[in-house]
Amino acid sequence: MNVLVPLTVAIPLLAAAATAAVGRLVPPAVLDVVAIAVPAATAVLTGILLVDSRRGTIVYWFGGWRPRHGHTVGIAFTVDPIGAGLALFAAVLVAAVSIYTWHYFDETVPLYHALVLVFLGAMTGFSLTGDLFDLFVFFELMGVAAYALTALARTQLAPLQGGFVFAVTNTIAGFLVLIGIALLYGRTGSLNLAQISRSLVAQPPDGLLVVAFALLAAGFLVKAAAVPFHFWLADAYAVAPSPVCALFSAVMSDLGLYALARVYWTVFSGPFGATGSAVRGILLGFACLTMLVGGAMAFLQRHLKRMLAFVTISRGGLFLAGIALLTARGLAGASIAVVGDGFVKAALFLGVGVIARTLRSGDELRLRGRGRALPVVAVTFALGGLVVAGLPPFAGFLGTSLVEESARAVGVGLPVSVVANVSAALAGGAILRATGRVFLGLGPPEDPLFSPEADRTERDELRGTGRIASRAMLGTTAALLAAGLAVGFAPGLRARTEQAAMRLEGRTAYARTVLARAPNRQPAAAPSHVELSSVVDGLVATGGALLLAAASLRRRRATAGSLRRWTWPLRLLHSGHVGDYVAWLVAGTATLGLLVAVAAR
Amino acid sequence: MSHLPYALAAWLLLVGLYGVVTSRHLVHLVLCLSVAQSSTYVLLLAIGYRSGATAPVFADLPLGRPVVDPVVQALVLTDVVVSVTVSALLLALAVDVFEGSGELDPDALDTMRG
Repeated sequence: MNVLVPLTVAIPLLAAAATAAVGRLVPPAVLDVVAIAVPAATAVLTGILLVDSRRGTIVYWFGGWRPRHGHTVGIAFTVDPIGAGLALFAAVLVAAVSIYTWHYFDETVPLYHALVLVFLGAMTGFSLTGDLFDLFVFFELMGVAAYALTALARTQLAPLQGGFVFAVTNTIAGFLVLIGIALLYGRTGSLNLAQISRSLVAQPPDGLLVVAFALLAAGFLVKAAAVPFHFWLADAYAVAPSPVCALFSAVMSDLGLYALARVYWTVFSGPFGATGSAVRGILLGFACLTMLVGGAMAFLQRHLKRMLAFVTISRGGLFLAGIALLTARGLAGASIAVVGDGFVKAALFLGVGVIARTLRSGDELRLRGRGRALPVVAVTFALGGLVVAGLPPFAGFLGTSLVEESARAVGVGLPVSVVANVSAALAGGAILRATGRVFLGLGPPEDPLFSPEADRTERDELRGTGRIASRAMLGTTAALLAAGLAVGFAPGLRARTEQAAMRLEGRTAYARTVLARAPNRQPAAAPSHVELSSVVDGLVATGGALLLAAASLRRRRATAGSLRRWTWPLRLLHSGHVGDYVAWLVAGTATLGLLVAVAAR
Repeated sequence: MSHLPYALAAWLLLVGLYGVVTSRHLVHLVLCLSVAQSSTYVLLLAIGYRSGATAPVFADLPLGRPVVDPVVQALVLTDVVVSVTVSALLLALAVDVFEGSGELDPDALDTMRG
């Protein structure tokens, strides 16, 4: 099976190069077929790798440069179930989005297809690599493709500005990651994760390791859009084309968190083992802040895509909380939620694309009552809101319940549960309120909670006139929603994901497999069942979301006005100014570094 | 070896980021980003430096002659490629912004507030 490993990256990248080179010479239909067939093939390959990696981590050395006597020269891909699962998830989503974009753009854009394929290749490489510098290269490759995709509509100001902010902040994140990597290389003389892990195992966390960890974590948290690194995401996702947003929201942000987990467990869990609980507290603080800010800001948006962008941020906070707990169960919860929520978020963004195309607006107030002709999108929004709010037994709930159970086990159950459920109620409530207003015509036509003027960020998809949504668009939206709902019912999902999480967190076994070819087998997971209190939490959060949505649609002007005054400072922070965002990035990095330094003393 | 290259790398990063934060012109902002990026080149080369060593071109070197670390030099090359890609893309975006709005001052670009 080893030979398949490099193909998962090579096929999308080669196809991208071919598409960019001869895309203008071949008929558009050929491009559309390539854009669907290549991610589908990648999905098959990563699916095979996922099944195969369950029997033991697959290690592939490029050019046959294997380690000698435990020392590495070559570059390795290490495929374990969580990495392969993420790559598979990315490939499936890209394939689905390519079906959706069949004849979506007015002019055929060969470069669009090439960029999406580069993006896919970078994501699979990022998920499978076992080498730190490779991780940086795929980080940047993914970034560059994403910046260009965001600013695809080059003639409109908002996408350009969103793309610019996105590019500047994420490039700086790349610098932080690279400096962290350089420091680790200076200390250990290696870029291979397993070898670094072995070199550092007996080290106490000194200044260099603290700085390296802070820089790497901050860089990955920018990609994951944790507060206060999150500003770029709301601006970029509000203006990128909807299908591109679906990809970004469902996988790209989560890959930053995956990298954080991978690097923490292979490199830093040894030196920081004794200060683990302090690191947990610091990361959980960032996670809780992210959940709350994301949920609150989602509730204040009238522009559907920007609302979904803040929903993405608040869900990212939940995933970060699962990883921050530093337990296999927490990581498993985050992984399940990433996939289940990811499909749902993608379906929601694709639904907004349908709305923008047929109703020519993305503004909740202007769309009031006009969505009745789109039952598929209405169902997507209604069910999507409930899943995001945490309705049992869907995957969002399953993931949240695992995170909550793990939090209880390490003694932070109450704060994490409260924050997670409040955030889920806010995010779900925002989606349900939009459902009520757009598809049922509920609520007043004006809402003082929102800014008085319509957002100007919806122009990206209004080219062309009098269009109807194609069957491909509606079908993909429904299929992704169905996939998101079905994930929660996969047999043995909890136990299997928990085993996979243990594999990712098993530092010594990982190093042994990579450096000494010792087989790395599936650890046995303790049997676990959904606890009753988690079900109650999920139901309470769902009820809270419904109540919030209903209250928001019936609210008297005075209450909304005072809410608006109270939330004004929060809005003011999201200034749309690239300099402000970079200042927040630097301040966040410094804070993270100081906290880790104090904890490591 | 002295700590000077490390201090220089830190200085370049901070001064570049300061420029990005306070910039009033998008092209200036992209150049400040390049300044910040050059800190990574300095840092990487400093990490691979050995005093008294020569360039790692093994074709005509006597055996046992110390060389500087070739790995970091390869990393810097990759880093330069990444940097050029991002700078080119950002400058292209800046040109498009200017053509669309006649503005290059980030303070004047406010399509996204709240």
